[in-house]
Amino acid sequence: MNEHRILVIGGGPAGMETAYQLKNLGLNPVIIERSDKLGGNLSRWDRLFPTSEPAEALLEKLMEQTKDIEKKLNAKITSIEKENNIFHLKLSNGINYKADAIVLCTGFDLFKAEKKQEYGYGIYNNVITNAELEKYFKTHNDERINEPKRIGFVHCVGSRDVKVNNTYCSKVCCATALKQACEIKEEFPEADVYCFYMDLRMFGKGYEDIYLKAQKDFDIKCVRGRVCEVSENIEGKLVIKAEDTLLGTPMKMTLDLLVLMCGMEKSKSSNEIQKMLNISNNEDGFIETRDLFSGLNLTKEKGVFVAGACTSPKTLPETLAEARSAAMEVFNYLGFQDVRN
Amino acid sequence: MIVEGKQKIWADYQKDIPDDHYFYVRSCIRQSFFPGSEVTFLDITRNKLGKDFYESAYHTTCGGIAYHSDSIPQETAMTIIARQFALMHESGYENYVCSCITSFGCYTETLETWHEFPELEAKIRQYLWDSCKKDFAKPKYLAHASDIIYKFRHEIARQAKYKLVNVKTGKPLKVVEHIGCHYAKMFPSKGFGGAEYPHVLVGMIEAWGGEVVDYPERRQCCGFGFRQYLIQANRGYSLSNTYKKFESMEAYEPDLIITNCPGCPYFLDRWQYVIAEQTGKTYGKNGYGIPALTYEEVAGLVMGYNPWDLGLQMHQVAVEPLLEKMGIEYDPKTKYKGINNKDLGTPINPINIRLQ
Repeated sequence: MNEHRILVIGGGPAGMETAYQLKNLGLNPVIIERSDKLGGNLSRWDRLFPTSEPAEALLEKLMEQTKDIEKKLNAKITSIEKENNIFHLKLSNGINYKADAIVLCTGFDLFKAEKKQEYGYGIYNNVITNAELEKYFKTHNDERINEPKRIGFVHCVGSRDVKVNNTYCSKVCCATALKQACEIKEEFPEADVYCFYMDLRMFGKGYEDIYLKAQKDFDIKCVRGRVCEVSENIEGKLVIKAEDTLLGTPMKMTLDLLVLMCGMEKSKSSNEIQKMLNISNNEDGFIETRDLFSGLNLTKEKGVFVAGACTSPKTLPETLAEARSAAMEVFNYLGFQDVRN
Repeated sequence: MIVEGKQKIWADYQKDIPDDHYFYVRSCIRQSFFPGSEVTFLDITRNKLGKDFYESAYHTTCGGIAYHSDSIPQETAMTIIARQFALMHESGYENYVCSCITSFGCYTETLETWHEFPELEAKIRQYLWDSCKKDFAKPKYLAHASDIIYKFRHEIARQAKYKLVNVKTGKPLKVVEHIGCHYAKMFPSKGFGGAEYPHVLVGMIEAWGGEVVDYPERRQCCGFGFRQYLIQANRGYSLSNTYKKFESMEAYEPDLIITNCPGCPYFLDRWQYVIAEQTGKTYGKNGYGIPALTYEEVAGLVMGYNPWDLGLQMHQVAVEPLLEKMGIEYDPKTKYKGINNKDLGTPINPINIRLQ
């Protein structure tokens, strides 16, 4: 291993894969993670679309790959300064690092569902989020999910929505909703399950298959239209209003459970780090990359690279592929094969 | 229901309004529908709370009904509004408060539009000068009159003679709150509590001892909807809309509906008569309906005003069951007597909904 130290900020799938590939390339990565464990949002998920592979399996693989890599958990970055192309990073516990490059893998936060007040999250008990449903699948412990007879999924919560200033598509919610719809139908076969969507963007390999399977094998009813209002009746059941835009008719329905498919926003934790590195956001509020074609892993700041959902919503395969390409960009930057810096 | 969730939203949607010195403008229609409401508002604010509320005899309609029924263009409505603001300025005030929800919506929309499109503001400034020779001015603060009662709800509670409590059972009255659509649905940040879970009437109900009913069709329009009613052929929409609300709230057995809009109490009141006569169904107990009152009327009741001075005899739905629940003394013989004992005439009893 050579002496080049690379700080990978963020210990989710992007950070773990980037660090692993950097190590394979003979460099010396250190993962800086603000929480007490690696895994990021992946550790909150139960199964992954399109194959329903356990999230745990992928997480274990990433853990195994990074077991010999230096990590700093519970790490709060207090300052980053750059001098003669060397980054000086300080942590709140007094540890300092010098590094030749930084890779930002700060990931995403799920959109805060309570911002869409009309859906009643945090107001009505039986309105939950996609993350909470994944937690239920992992633990089977959520008193709100009690033999539901009728379940609704609302796609695009906080995505493609001018009113919350998120006009972009979060890419993963359509497939996640249909995956979760099938899974909850497996759990409660007698339940009627409805998916309220704007468009179904089933673009990836195997995604269209989930859509067909959901309808053919699980009788999931897909309704093209947005839910506009959620309230609660005297029995504590949810009453929703929506529009079926294919039939051109308003709908009113009573549900036992409503799942909000919260989209992605850039992780708030990266804001301070971006300030330290003078890295700006793009028009969607994610970290700006140098361009959208050949510079996806590059920022305008020399020596600062990016990978994963901190630059835009991404699927896991895209995130992992981008992590590998980020490692290669770092490798090139350090002079082993300098083509773009 | 998670009350803390609502409380968080209420905390997020608060607005600062001054506690004194307002230029007050009345509604076109409220004085006909609820003749005691605006005078009660002025009496409470001026004489019970000791505030300065000024009104001008030169104030006219805001143009809202014509604007929302597509009879006049936006520039005309804005010029009318600019004239009202000029009257405020000439009177030496900078805080503007209106009685009507639609006016509040029009004023808010106009100020926001002028902010976003200064060239339109310049055009209206010129129209105002050309048509009225008045100087253009904008209010420093804009409030709806229900905001003022909300702001002073605890002071009103301190002065109250009665509570929104059933004196026989000691339990809080179950109160439906209905917010006018033009209060916050267009601009959520302009209303206390926002658009989805407004606090402006909830705050009054809770401060005065009542319990709020949250029913599935709470956010639904009262049925007025301007074109739903103003175009005669559409009135079935208006009626069916109101019917939907009553069917939804029925299970909660509300004692009272409180509103902050000119149209809402009118339609929630009068359509109960139509529903009763068409279907035989009433939503109160023993053949009565559910009283639908304005917030000024409710404030007046808790402060001990005579129900007939408040104009409650002008409601289609009898208020006597509510008065009895609250323990308010009233004289049934003077219900249809006006000022100086003038006989107002006694309405004919409908077949299916009780008036007495």
